[in-house]
Amino acid sequence: MSIDRRTFFRIAGLATLGLAIKPGFEVFGQGEDVVDSTAAMGRPLSAKRWAMAIDVRCCLDQKDCRKCILACHQVHNVPDFGNPKDEIKWLWKEPFDRAFPEQEFQHLPEDFERQVVPVFCNHCDSPPCVRVCPVQATFQRDDGIVITDQHRCIGCRYCMAACPYGSRSFNWRDPRPFIKNIDPKYPTRTRGVVEKCTFCVERLTQGLMPACVEACAAHALTFGDLEDAGSEIRGLLRRRLAIRRKPGLGTNPEVYYII
Amino acid sequence: MLEYALRGDRRYWSWICALLGIMVVAFLFYLRQASYGLGITGLGRDVPWGLYIAQFTFLVGVAASSVMVVLPYYLHDFREFGKLTILGELLVIPSIIMCMVFVIVDMGQPSRILNVLLYPTPHSMMFWDMVVLGVYLLLNIIISRVVLDAERKSIPPPGWIRPIIILSIPWAFSIHTVTAFLYSGLAARPFWLTAILAPRFLASAFAAGPALLILFCVILRKVSRFDAGHAPLQKLAVIVTYAMTVNVFLMLVEIFTAMYSDIPEHVRHFQLMYFGLEGNASLVPWMWVAAVLAVLALVLLINPRTRRNEPVLILACSATFISLWIDKGLAMVITGFIPSPLAAVPKYRPTVPETLISLGIYASGLLIVTVLYKIALSVRERLAV
Repeated sequence: MSIDRRTFFRIAGLATLGLAIKPGFEVFGQGEDVVDSTAAMGRPLSAKRWAMAIDVRCCLDQKDCRKCILACHQVHNVPDFGNPKDEIKWLWKEPFDRAFPEQEFQHLPEDFERQVVPVFCNHCDSPPCVRVCPVQATFQRDDGIVITDQHRCIGCRYCMAACPYGSRSFNWRDPRPFIKNIDPKYPTRTRGVVEKCTFCVERLTQGLMPACVEACAAHALTFGDLEDAGSEIRGLLRRRLAIRRKPGLGTNPEVYYII
Repeated sequence: MLEYALRGDRRYWSWICALLGIMVVAFLFYLRQASYGLGITGLGRDVPWGLYIAQFTFLVGVAASSVMVVLPYYLHDFREFGKLTILGELLVIPSIIMCMVFVIVDMGQPSRILNVLLYPTPHSMMFWDMVVLGVYLLLNIIISRVVLDAERKSIPPPGWIRPIIILSIPWAFSIHTVTAFLYSGLAARPFWLTAILAPRFLASAFAAGPALLILFCVILRKVSRFDAGHAPLQKLAVIVTYAMTVNVFLMLVEIFTAMYSDIPEHVRHFQLMYFGLEGNASLVPWMWVAAVLAVLALVLLINPRTRRNEPVLILACSATFISLWIDKGLAMVITGFIPSPLAAVPKYRPTVPETLISLGIYASGLLIVTVLYKIALSVRERLAV
């Protein structure tokens, strides 16, 4: 059999591609080690639909309080770059009219004016970030919590474009040198992946409430099962008026702001 | 056939070396980005996509625009495009490759790109975009290769290629439609949330692509023995005229809806582009240049007397291309992020490394198109001898 040069190159090229298949699958097919974090503490907390309620007035009374933010960012090894461009944040405070821009507030009550409320991932019932993620790295658990698999994330940032709440952050550079006290109990992230609030799934499995809820001395944050009619959060929502961020978009946020 | 690309005069090789030089510089900057992270760009938390993704979007349009020569030639048997069609088909290959490279350099974890295929996700538009772009590239590699091979052997192309060519026509529309769907399906971004985004993408692509092809033909006439002829270029110019008119019309429709409805979250984006918003006015000069160039292009293109005058046509095509590049390759993506969902007005300015990496990718595209055109034209010249 005689082959010309072009045919030879074609076959050789295909063969080279073929060689790449096995290493390719080895790299991407590895199972990730699962750390059993349930061993440490008490019974895991579970719910049909986790949700958070924030008593806004309670929070407003505590001017300049940053306890929830510090607690969250400490236990999750969130870096502090000190500049807005590289910034990563899971939980932060926004002026009331920025948290609810579609309200176009004109005459806010005085205690609301220039005041800030905590904002974080809404763990939407119909999350746009999950819809757009091309690799299902961001997904929704049965209990409604939306989390990101940082080992699968390709760093395309489509979820950041899709989130109507600006809740997601990207690791623009290696975050590790910018974490003041690394907590060995929680993984640090690598550069090039997206992260955000997880409703503290790792703490729930240990029977602990989310770090922000635990840290709030004013008890402004209530975390519980929305499907359980007898839960504290449901009782709160029955008694008081609560609003949600951008409800008109149909994302169905599960963070309620009690006015 | 690749050997044709290895024979050229001094001018050819200096051009190739210049492009390679730019590519090497860009690659060095990419290595820096790869070790430091995307923080080397001007992107940030509030503007997570910028120059890279905008170039990707613009170049999908250039790729799709080849259908403007393929469709008349194969579907309507429009013989005058006979010499041009292969140039259109070959333009697809570097365009899609540039698209893919722009996506890869924009990824935080480029080594994980195969995750898109390992975890196919039909509800993500990005998954579909990757599928349609990959298939379109494949279709055009097959088509241009088979057609060129037949031409080299002076035989008609095999019959089985025709259905593939016909398939490539709707496929061209699909790639830019799906690319528009990446944006227009996001409830979070009012600027993109418009049903005419896909039609507008197509209209601007069908103006920018053929305008580029006209410019390429003029250049090829200068640097090679290839002459596309006056009549085919004039036909292309008519296509540019209609597409540009439709594009400007759709843009004005967009502006009317935003301005007349007066919904703040729609108005603010146009304010940002044309007048600046809360001290952020970096796009303003660009947008007015784009507007002036668009009007100039339309005046020169619609008037038959100016359109038929070749130097004027070159000016009109350049104006069209630059105007559409500013609109789609610069403003469209950035404006979608400003103001942010929290009504902040973040700033974004591409950094030097980011700009050089982008230039390098364009240089690689020009290199590929040079080599491909050299091969195609050498086949023709050899036949003519």
